[in-house]
Amino acid sequence: MTAKKIIPCLDVKDGKVVKGINFEGMREMGDPVAMAKAYSDNGADELVFLDISATTEGRDTMVDVVKQVAAQVNVPFTVGGGIRTVDDIARILDAGADKVGINSAAVARPELIKEAAEKFGSERIVAAVDAKLFPDGTWRVMTHGGLKDAGIDAIEWSKQLEQLGAGSLLPTSVDRDGVKDGYDLELTKAIVEAVNIPVIASGGCGNAEHIVEVFEKTNVDAALAASIFHENSVSIQEVKELCRNRGVNVSEA
Amino acid sequence: MIGIIDYGAGNLHSVDKAVRKLGFQTKLLTNPEDFTGINKIIFPGVGNAKKTMEIIRASKIDTKIIQSIAAGTPFLGICLGMQLLLEFSEENNADCLSIFEGKVLPFKRDVKVPHMGWNEVQQQINHPIFKGIPDKADFYFVHSFYVNPSNNKDAIGTTDYGQEFCSVIAKDNVVGVQFHPEKSADAGLTLLQNFCGNSF
Repeated sequence: MTAKKIIPCLDVKDGKVVKGINFEGMREMGDPVAMAKAYSDNGADELVFLDISATTEGRDTMVDVVKQVAAQVNVPFTVGGGIRTVDDIARILDAGADKVGINSAAVARPELIKEAAEKFGSERIVAAVDAKLFPDGTWRVMTHGGLKDAGIDAIEWSKQLEQLGAGSLLPTSVDRDGVKDGYDLELTKAIVEAVNIPVIASGGCGNAEHIVEVFEKTNVDAALAASIFHENSVSIQEVKELCRNRGVNVSEA
Repeated sequence: MIGIIDYGAGNLHSVDKAVRKLGFQTKLLTNPEDFTGINKIIFPGVGNAKKTMEIIRASKIDTKIIQSIAAGTPFLGICLGMQLLLEFSEENNADCLSIFEGKVLPFKRDVKVPHMGWNEVQQQINHPIFKGIPDKADFYFVHSFYVNPSNNKDAIGTTDYGQEFCSVIAKDNVVGVQFHPEKSADAGLTLLQNFCGNSF
């Protein structure tokens, strides 16, 4: 069976990697191409880039970053953030990305997932679901960087995304993002059980143990993390070693 | 000169970049005339079997592939480029190139499809394409169909995904791999080096 994947995530703003807490308060972390190369050389199974530029210039810069990453990195990578149309997707894939991540645009117009899957293939479409736990115990889909309640149940939305043709799901716990408290295991488990496509856990990873935990306690396919790798608190190989010691099947990459 | 078949639908840039990064010169093959002066051919494939066969038939690249293989030119098919080397694909019922006997079948629905991610390749024999690659090394896969060659000995690498399937096929001067070597870190680059370099 396929190995569990460890995926560093790089938030890119105007050509620089940044990291925020609960989707706010950005800090600059470095050059995306150099960081991507270092991660792929050190065992990253895939990479995810989220373009959080707010301007057209920032988006154009991102296309250049994608081209450079494609030339230097030989593991698959996904680019998300600000993708609204089939043309936006084509631009990112043509620049060399393997997959695109789609979030708010799918909430606004679900057919985008269907059109994209038909044109580019499901395996190239990653649907991101930003979810927030509400007092009634349900998770709701959030848009606009985690700020706006879309009024949709996150689990039902995940099923719908699968039916529309998404090839994998990237649920992020808005409550946990950047907090380093561990993944939202309940959210992750609920989504993994609701769909039959690969799911990537995201939001809240603060140490290697959190990655082992999400693999041990849920049947998720991959774990995404940002801060722990950017801050060099642990290397990807060390995380993989810990996974192996605990009986989690990870790749030798 | 390594020729990389470009039928206008696949994402072949990553294959081209990986081969050039290893120090080999490449040329994109978009029509039959481009095949002149090419020592080795890579056929990277992304997309639908039937549609791709229609495209390469219309451009007469299909005949060129068959002729080059018959002439002994080393040939590497990647992903869909491997599947099209069989006789028939159940993906939209496509007649393929018939370099290998056998069919291309869909995964059954009791596993997540597409098979997407890192998985082990068990080497069934010592083959030059595996030189320097440990047995059971991980490679990166993205596919919903797999090849089922009629002759067991053509399956030189196998992978377990709910069932055992042929992930590397080879006969004479032709090799096909179901995974993406250009996305498979060091093991993948070693395989490309083996094909492009002197070991093959």
